Amino acid sequence: MRVSETEFRAALLDADQPVPTGLHDSAARPAGCRFDVYRNNVAASLTDALHEGFPAISSLLGKTNMDGVAGLFLRAHPPRTPRLMLYGAAFPDFLAGLEQLAHLGYLADVARLELALRHAYHAADATPITPERLGQTAPETLLTARLTLAPALRLLRAPWPIHDIWRYALEPGAPQPRTEPQDMLITRPDFDPAPHLLPPGGAAWIATLQAGQSWSAAEDAARTEAPDFDLTPVLTLLLQGGAITDLIPER
Amino acid sequence: MLDQTAQPARLPNAAGIGYKPQHFTALCDAPSAVSWLEIHAENYMGDGGRPLAQLRHLAQSFPISVHGVGLSIGGEGALDRDHLARLKQLCDWLNPASFSEHLAWSSHDEAFLNDLLPLPYTDATLARVADHIDQVQTTLGRRMLLENPSSYLAFAESTWSEPDFLAEIARRTGCGLLLDVNNVFVSATNLNFSPQGYIDAFPLDPVGEIHLGGHDTQADDHGAPLLIDSHGREVADPVWALLDYTLARSGPRPLLIEWDNDVPDWPVLETEADRARVALQEVPACA
Repeated sequence: MRVSETEFRAALLDADQPVPTGLHDSAARPAGCRFDVYRNNVAASLTDALHEGFPAISSLLGKTNMDGVAGLFLRAHPPRTPRLMLYGAAFPDFLAGLEQLAHLGYLADVARLELALRHAYHAADATPITPERLGQTAPETLLTARLTLAPALRLLRAPWPIHDIWRYALEPGAPQPRTEPQDMLITRPDFDPAPHLLPPGGAAWIATLQAGQSWSAAEDAARTEAPDFDLTPVLTLLLQGGAITDLIPER
Repeated sequence: MLDQTAQPARLPNAAGIGYKPQHFTALCDAPSAVSWLEIHAENYMGDGGRPLAQLRHLAQSFPISVHGVGLSIGGEGALDRDHLARLKQLCDWLNPASFSEHLAWSSHDEAFLNDLLPLPYTDATLARVADHIDQVQTTLGRRMLLENPSSYLAFAESTWSEPDFLAEIARRTGCGLLLDVNNVFVSATNLNFSPQGYIDAFPLDPVGEIHLGGHDTQADDHGAPLLIDSHGREVADPVWALLDYTLARSGPRPLLIEWDNDVPDWPVLETEADRARVALQEVPACA
């Protein structure tokens, strides 16, 4: 008659499993549909969390398809912690592995973008440096310096036009996506993550600094990818987004 | 850092609401029927950003109750040490007026199921829950409140009544109790017992907070009403009546309106909070 949590959990996530015996109503009749209240709470709340966490995926798939995909995902990858704000780290790879969605190759990268936006939202606060500080630094010092970037900064590189697809999914009237690969930068000027499309070479420049290398190494990396790389728009995005938190001259 | 000296030691015997970010501006703009706020601990376990900034701001004006929904105190396995550490970090930072959790389980075999799942009321469960509460209170360095659940079914193996079970846990651990009168009404309807009888049997002295919330009505396989603790609408009239019945016996307590789904506009929520405020005004100070 004892119902273990193992037995309860197994029936909770699999509606084909019988309701454990030993659960009943006030007249000692089998619990029946009363058990479905728990089944529904678990599936519906996690499905809602995925809709909320991946609104562009939900829009691209449509509600019914997203419900179905979420149902598969939450059973294969239930949350590991009660911090649901970070739920879905495995969702991009899960989407990439679904045969039914193989024709929508970009979905995983759009999901990665949405995860990155969520992580940026909850990232630690940091005080940015002022543009003047960069302006007051001698060019030769700047070239050998390293930059510390804000914890909220995220960089995404994709073989798809993820910025355009993401906008198209969420913004009424957004233009049709182009067909080019796109790199994206997420900054968080105050509290709202701001996604930006990066010009060619921009992602290489930022990634090199993120890896702890110098300003000049970053320029080299950017020019390798884009010979006519222009730093100005990238630096402007970073400064306006409060994304540079320190400048460390070479010792 | 928060100014922890400015924090009240306990929740006031007044009306509070479960805080939702969409009501931040309304709460900051003008005084209202709302005297204190409750947050779900798990929503404030990020590293920074708007949620923590808003909470820091609100804590300067309102006593805060931290209400955990994911510790799985009734779980068969050990408590999640990482999660307990995050709770400690939050409570140390915020120094809330109260910390509470549920008589329920939600995690098993490294999966978090995001629901408050039911427990059989046996000696073995009681010993396990009491051990976990000891661990929580020792780790947090504060007394916690334990909330009675909404029940949709019963365990054949149970040997304790729920009020006796909670009374014994409070006696063994020294924890306080959080009495959710909507949960009492939901469980009483679903399991066919008297809600007033439940209140009569409930240990009211250790009650540090009372919850009120809305429920939905469905039917079970035999056509009997099956109430669902949905927190998605106004508190039902018979639940207000049960609150009056409770307050007449317990005396004034901190009252909380929980509205977590289909969150209404501010005026609707404030009307609910005002109704709780009025209910408290009608209670003699020493019941």
